[in-house]
Amino acid sequence: MNCLWCDAAMIPELSWKTVYWLSEPKNLCPSCREQLTIIQGRRCNKCSRLSDDEFCSDCRWWKLHALQEDPLICNHSVFAYNERMQDMISKWKYRGDYCLGKAFARDYYNAFNHNLSFMASGTIAVPIPLSKERMAERGFNQAKMLADFLPLKSEEKLTRTHHEKQSKKTRRERVTSSNPFHVTAAINAPVLLVDDIYTTGTTLRHAAYVLKKHGCPAVYALTLIRG
Amino acid sequence: MDPTELSRRYGGKLLLRQEILIDDPLFETLLNAKYFAPCSAIRSKWPFHQCQRCGNQKKSLFGRLPCHHCGELHIYCRKCIEMGRVVENSPLYEWTGPEHMWPCHQNPCTWTGELTHAQQQAADRIVSAIVNRERELLTWAVCGAGKTEMLFPGIAKALELGQRVCIATPRADVVRELQPRLNKAFSGIYIQGLFSGSLEKDGTAQLIITTTHQLFRFKRAFDVMIIDEVDAFPYTSDASLPFAATRAKKEGGTTLYLTATPRRDQQLQMTRKKLPHVFVSKRFHGYPLPVPIFDMCYALKKNLQKSVPPNAFFKWFTSREHQNRQLLVFVPTIKLAESIAQKLSAELPDYKVMAVHASDDEREERVQQFRGKQFHILVTTTILERGVTFPSVDVAILDAGHTIFDEAALVQIAGRAGRSPDDPTGEVVFFHDGRTEAMVKAVKAIKKMNKRGGFH
Repeated sequence: MNCLWCDAAMIPELSWKTVYWLSEPKNLCPSCREQLTIIQGRRCNKCSRLSDDEFCSDCRWWKLHALQEDPLICNHSVFAYNERMQDMISKWKYRGDYCLGKAFARDYYNAFNHNLSFMASGTIAVPIPLSKERMAERGFNQAKMLADFLPLKSEEKLTRTHHEKQSKKTRRERVTSSNPFHVTAAINAPVLLVDDIYTTGTTLRHAAYVLKKHGCPAVYALTLIRG
Repeated sequence: MDPTELSRRYGGKLLLRQEILIDDPLFETLLNAKYFAPCSAIRSKWPFHQCQRCGNQKKSLFGRLPCHHCGELHIYCRKCIEMGRVVENSPLYEWTGPEHMWPCHQNPCTWTGELTHAQQQAADRIVSAIVNRERELLTWAVCGAGKTEMLFPGIAKALELGQRVCIATPRADVVRELQPRLNKAFSGIYIQGLFSGSLEKDGTAQLIITTTHQLFRFKRAFDVMIIDEVDAFPYTSDASLPFAATRAKKEGGTTLYLTATPRRDQQLQMTRKKLPHVFVSKRFHGYPLPVPIFDMCYALKKNLQKSVPPNAFFKWFTSREHQNRQLLVFVPTIKLAESIAQKLSAELPDYKVMAVHASDDEREERVQQFRGKQFHILVTTTILERGVTFPSVDVAILDAGHTIFDEAALVQIAGRAGRSPDDPTGEVVFFHDGRTEAMVKAVKAIKKMNKRGGFH
């Protein structure tokens, strides 16, 4: 097995434990794994940002000033956005290194089991879609890949019209942008939205909004990174 | 589009469809007219695959990607993915239209300097290799022999003959340093410098300076392929770079290798007369190479663990013959470079100390500042071991016994000293805690080269 990031050969350690129970398959070598930071400690119950209060200042502000009820119940993120993560995401998503996504499988799955296992058994994982144009360009949807790591049924219930990349916009442009999502079929089960990065939360709220409008009872989100 | 323009732009290239900036209908007609030919991107011969762009054959560097058209898994190359993804089912395109006629320049060389006798001999040999279209020639020139200048007559000859020339080097720093020098020497010629952060990327000039990685986009492009520092990392350790270099050369073209420290296999080939070579044993200013001195420090490992330079270093530092010379300190790791620089600036408050390493964003500026004598001591890793010139420095290596300093690296590092005709000598000290074979061999090699240069 070689590290998915640095391609160094990894020699699995041999101990009595690994003789009796197979060790967890690892996709990253210890030194690359060390570079990623899993979000730990107290965090905002709404958006998963590190915060000593129950809700972070942004979320409190939104709660006071929002015109409508927040369609998204809460977001949970696994990793913090650091330099290494940025490099990995750009290689995975923009360069199109499909296999690199597997490096996150274990942690993403564990995060679901530890934090969101309270969800009802009929919950559907819905990946945030790519527009047709973007899909043709990249060849795969990174959110779909993440959704497949989860022990849930994953269904692509959303479509998206083509816009400029979110990552090229400013915060204001993102928050005020129009809703690009459409629902393909009505949903009556709770939904776990799956995406790679939570930055302002606008994308997830847009998706949650259309889902709720089509009868979805509750929308949660599990994102890989909190930007 | 005009066919000569097309052939200038795409001749000698091997590109992905998205790298060819032609709209679909026109591209279709060009394909039908056999101006472009598709070739398979990944060749599979069970159980191996080979990426046809970078030559990668390593199993762990291939991935499988579910195709969103047919749903099947397609193999793609993970090694050269930074240059755009090469997938099994989408071909690479090669220009097969009429070959571009590069102009023949009359007296393109505007360099006014003069070559020394030794340089001139090597330069003549290079010119004859180009004129006779010899397959390959290795130029073995000691550090500071003026390799670049020796190339000028050869390049000029090739340009006179209307040939296309490429100078490939393993490092982007060297491209950056070489480009202005060549621009000056060939002021009428359009020269492109290609590296992963360069502004010009299309590689459409007759004379191109490039990192070896950028050669992945070329196929049968150059009549003269000059590979600088053949022995340098990563050219020797990464099989894909020689693969790309051979492919980028036209059939019947000439490959010129330049090095100061040929590897063992090249030396063997030379002694067996399998590889024609020319040896330049004297530095251009006519002085011998400085011979390194060993300095044993018993507590070196302990000192370095605490990021303290050994006592012997300070002792040597204060007793140097020329106190006003700048000092280059080489250390084995990036971490150590930073911490040693900090420690040194604390211990020697009269001197300004900086560190430079590969993951440093300001490394160009720092090197420029050091060259401009804006600070006194530069702590660095092996990234500055070759290709860079500082006029008047002393050199120290802390922990010269570390495995990263192999024979070639040590010879190159020692070659940083005494490069200017105004100050042709310099001190080189290896601080170590037990001499290694590499150190002994390096000194032997330096002494041998001095001997061949007529110094005793």
